[in-house]
Amino acid sequence: MNNSDLAQILIRAVEEADSSDRLLDAVQELAAAGIEEAVPTLIAALGYNNPGAAVAAVDGLIAIGEAAVSPLLQLIDDYNYGARAWAIRALAGIGDVRALDTLLEAAKTDFSLSVRRAAARGLGTLRWHQVPPEKLESIQTQVLEALLLISQDPEWVVRYAAVTSLETLAIAIAVTLPDQASRITNQLQQMLDTDVDLGVRTRVKFAQEKIQPQQHQEVFAPKRKLQDTEVPHRGGGRR
Amino acid sequence: MNPSPEKIKDLSLTGDNADGGSLTVEQAIANLESADLGLRFYAAWWLGRFRISEPAAVTALIKALEDEADRTPEGGYPLRRNAARALGKLGDRQAVSPLIRCLDCSDFYVREAAAQSLEMLGDPVCIPALIKLLAVGLQGEQLISQPDLSQPYDALLEALGTLRATEFAPLIKAFLEHPIELVQYSAARAMYQLTQEPVYGERLVQALAGEKLQLRRAVLADLGAIGYLPAADAIAQTLAENSLKLISLKGLLEHQVNHITPSTFSEGAIKVMNLMDSLL
Repeated sequence: MNNSDLAQILIRAVEEADSSDRLLDAVQELAAAGIEEAVPTLIAALGYNNPGAAVAAVDGLIAIGEAAVSPLLQLIDDYNYGARAWAIRALAGIGDVRALDTLLEAAKTDFSLSVRRAAARGLGTLRWHQVPPEKLESIQTQVLEALLLISQDPEWVVRYAAVTSLETLAIAIAVTLPDQASRITNQLQQMLDTDVDLGVRTRVKFAQEKIQPQQHQEVFAPKRKLQDTEVPHRGGGRR
Repeated sequence: MNPSPEKIKDLSLTGDNADGGSLTVEQAIANLESADLGLRFYAAWWLGRFRISEPAAVTALIKALEDEADRTPEGGYPLRRNAARALGKLGDRQAVSPLIRCLDCSDFYVREAAAQSLEMLGDPVCIPALIKLLAVGLQGEQLISQPDLSQPYDALLEALGTLRATEFAPLIKAFLEHPIELVQYSAARAMYQLTQEPVYGERLVQALAGEKLQLRRAVLADLGAIGYLPAADAIAQTLAENSLKLISLKGLLEHQVNHITPSTFSEGAIKVMNLMDSLL
């Protein structure tokens, strides 16, 4: 049996599932097969209001990776916010920069907090090596601006997600945009001092600990040109 | 079970377009005595939602606990329910005695809201009144033989756990056998709060593997409320919305950081944060 036949059988099992348990099993099997043809069916499974099936479908889409990105971007369901949140989660897990505009818009403007949360997280998991070097600075700056804004979201969980992304971005830009790094550390400090939510403040502190090697670099070598410090500290997150 | 998933969803939606009827504080307080019963009902909700804790709001809401104008066909008191819910959120202990009186109200949902708000206000003076209601379902220290549904037992048990009614643990424990699962979970939650014995936390962890989504959601809220760290993995893996798992795990995390010195993270806190990151 070739992949295509297998895909048809597994897809039919999803379509014909007549209980939520059967649906879950069928989606899990289809996701585990890792076949590109499964992408539309997996995307459809994001909208079945079955959290187990959606988790399995997201995992499957992430495993398929780049091939799932354009269908996800095209098929993102504009009226079902539950499905949209899962689709954004899949895009975040894949980390493909083609999703950047979708993630930026969703993180800043979507009315659903679970969509904003997933998008905020996705902005921190982008695979920067895909970006052409000449565009890297401007795109990272754009993501930084967005995250600084999102970290003031009224919902704690969106701010929490923004903190995780500020953390990874701080580590990424220590190399590429070291003069912007203080904007992240300042924002984190301000959140630690003023955020009303203990969970968010705790995550901020954890982020600060992880970023610390970069902070030391600033504190202890203020007179050196910042560009000069990048090489010795590359990957210096040893803790 | 409190907060219920529906309430969380409502809050998330209203949080984004924050007004609906776009009231001012003065209007809302005045509306509590409006001729339009719909406006009264909405104003009571609004004052709680936006945590308007000024004295005039508290006084007006306490007065609304004795409202006779707004009745359902079944004899319920919609305005009293909303006023009781709002008073729990405003944190003013003047409301404690009036809420205790609400525990005698003929409307089940007023009694439920009063118990929940008394839990939030945190004043143990209400414990005897809560126990009196709980005892309706008991014969001595046993459940009465005919399953009783006449009282909001889940809310009563949760309040007694939060208020540390340790001396009444035997009465609370009896409800572990109540035929309604939600009530059993509330009893397990309260028993864990009173004794810190893992067996009660594990009872809730087991419930995360149960069949019904609605019950798994309720248990997520319970585990978050008691901060039962050994549940972390089970919470992350149960079949439910990530939003609810994140709230539950945040409860665990906050419980951890409340119990450590300020400059270090416990292994448990780090584990919980990593799980939360993976669910975002």
